[in-house]
Amino acid sequence: MNWDWSAVGDFLPRFWDGVLTTLEAVALGSVISFAVGLVWAFAYRAPTRLVRWPVGVVTEFIRNTPLLVQLFFFYYVLPEWGIEFSALTTGILAIGVHYSTYTMQVYRAGIEAVPPGQWEAATALSLPTRRTWTAVILPQAIRRVVPALGNYVISMLKDTPMFIGIGVLEMLGQARLQGADTFRYVEPLTVVGVAFIVIAYPASLLVRALERRLVR
Amino acid sequence: MSADTSPKNLDANPPVDGSELIRFDKVTKRFGSNVVLDELDFSVASGKHVTLIGPSGSGKTTILRLLMTLTSPDSGSIKVNGDYLTHEQRNGKLVPAGDKHIREVRKNIGMVFQQFNLFPNMKVLRNITEAPVTVLGLSKDEAEERARELLDMVGLGDRCDAYPTQLSGGQQQRVAIARALAMRPQVLLLDEVTSALDPELVAGVLDVLRDIARTTDITMLCVTHEMNFARDISDRVLMFDAGRVIESGSPDKMFTEPEHERTREFLSAVL
Ligand SMILES: Nc1ncnc2c1ncn2[C@@H]1O[C@H](COP(=O)(O)OP(=O)(O)O)[C@@H](O)[C@H]1O
Ligand SMILES: [Mg+2]
Repeated sequence: MNWDWSAVGDFLPRFWDGVLTTLEAVALGSVISFAVGLVWAFAYRAPTRLVRWPVGVVTEFIRNTPLLVQLFFFYYVLPEWGIEFSALTTGILAIGVHYSTYTMQVYRAGIEAVPPGQWEAATALSLPTRRTWTAVILPQAIRRVVPALGNYVISMLKDTPMFIGIGVLEMLGQARLQGADTFRYVEPLTVVGVAFIVIAYPASLLVRALERRLVR
Repeated sequence: MSADTSPKNLDANPPVDGSELIRFDKVTKRFGSNVVLDELDFSVASGKHVTLIGPSGSGKTTILRLLMTLTSPDSGSIKVNGDYLTHEQRNGKLVPAGDKHIREVRKNIGMVFQQFNLFPNMKVLRNITEAPVTVLGLSKDEAEERARELLDMVGLGDRCDAYPTQLSGGQQQRVAIARALAMRPQVLLLDEVTSALDPELVAGVLDVLRDIARTTDITMLCVTHEMNFARDISDRVLMFDAGRVIESGSPDKMFTEPEHERTREFLSAVL
């Protein structure tokens, strides 16, 4: 098997499409997982077990079933209920919801890591509950959770190739398509592999730098 | 009037002039089977400085936390300024206090903690202005002007823009004192506020508190192991043991001729 640089050149147009799709999936998936995870985290703190219990069961279930199963579920079952999205949107929703069950844990740990003394000081100053959350607790919790959230974004990036199972042409999907068309797999797959490293490695350095700065 | 209260507790500070600010009535507090306060009665008159002394685990912190509504009693009642902290009148009946009621009564009380508990995400100035602006409704300018005065008073007028972590423990505690005073409380609760400090920083904080005791009419309820300080500022000293006041009196009496064996033991151990 010899390496052919012209095959690399031929793959580039599709490759860039794939890069955009992958980045779009990660960006939107992250936003969904950050937002939905926060909702889970608060719901799980509800005073009544009638809320906590179902939230616990549902999130445990999602966290402990494979992402691919959830992708298939969203892709094949939702349309039967009359809910139809494009394959990419379906993938983004599924990965966002899947990862929300991880970000939920991150938020919970971040909130619990704020020392009880902070709550007590807020009480001693008669700060209303809502203000205590927005001015005291969350700003401190967020510092602590940013690095962990960053790690999940990177992990999400590495899960996007699963979108191939529902026909989304992200980077790996484009590589496979190119291989099928040209009967050359080495160059497209290598380019995609390198692309993952080129994106993920600096991102992990960034997360580590944030960790040093924010978590003290 | 002490004849009808529990014989286990002395009425530690009978109000002389009727201006009693804090009153505990048969307050019992348990943690599981551990009875921390046992039908405790005591009162503090307005403007007085009362110090609680006693061995570790005797319930001193619990008393301050009850007043600050950080925990609630299992039975008995607590009054601040004539209002029940633990109960409220509703349709002529005394019912357990709701959030709103507790919030109102609590506004009269400020607290300084052993561990400072400044908000690390806010600069010094905002630590002090946050509650006056959001709770008392002061304008930002008013609150900042007052915060600067208070910071001058505690000797930190030049540190408005520092973050708490950039300050020494002693400086943080002085900011915490300014923060509590900014709410203009009638009562200031001080829980071993110098215990977490390096020895060389203790004096600075105690000087600030002496100043406050001398120049303001704020009522102070103070837990401390700094006996010289207690002697300087206190009008009364209450000796606690096992959740009860076993002896009380003027600092002169308590430190020079305590009556109770436990008080003598305790004082000889800490002095
Ligand atoms: N949150 C809590 N849970 C269980 N026990 C507690 C709690 N807080 C205090 N206690 C117990 O109550 C007793 C009195 O504690 P505290 O008021 O802190 O005493 P002091 O301040 O005089 O040292 C101790 O025996 C302590 O173990
Ligand atoms: Mg204590």
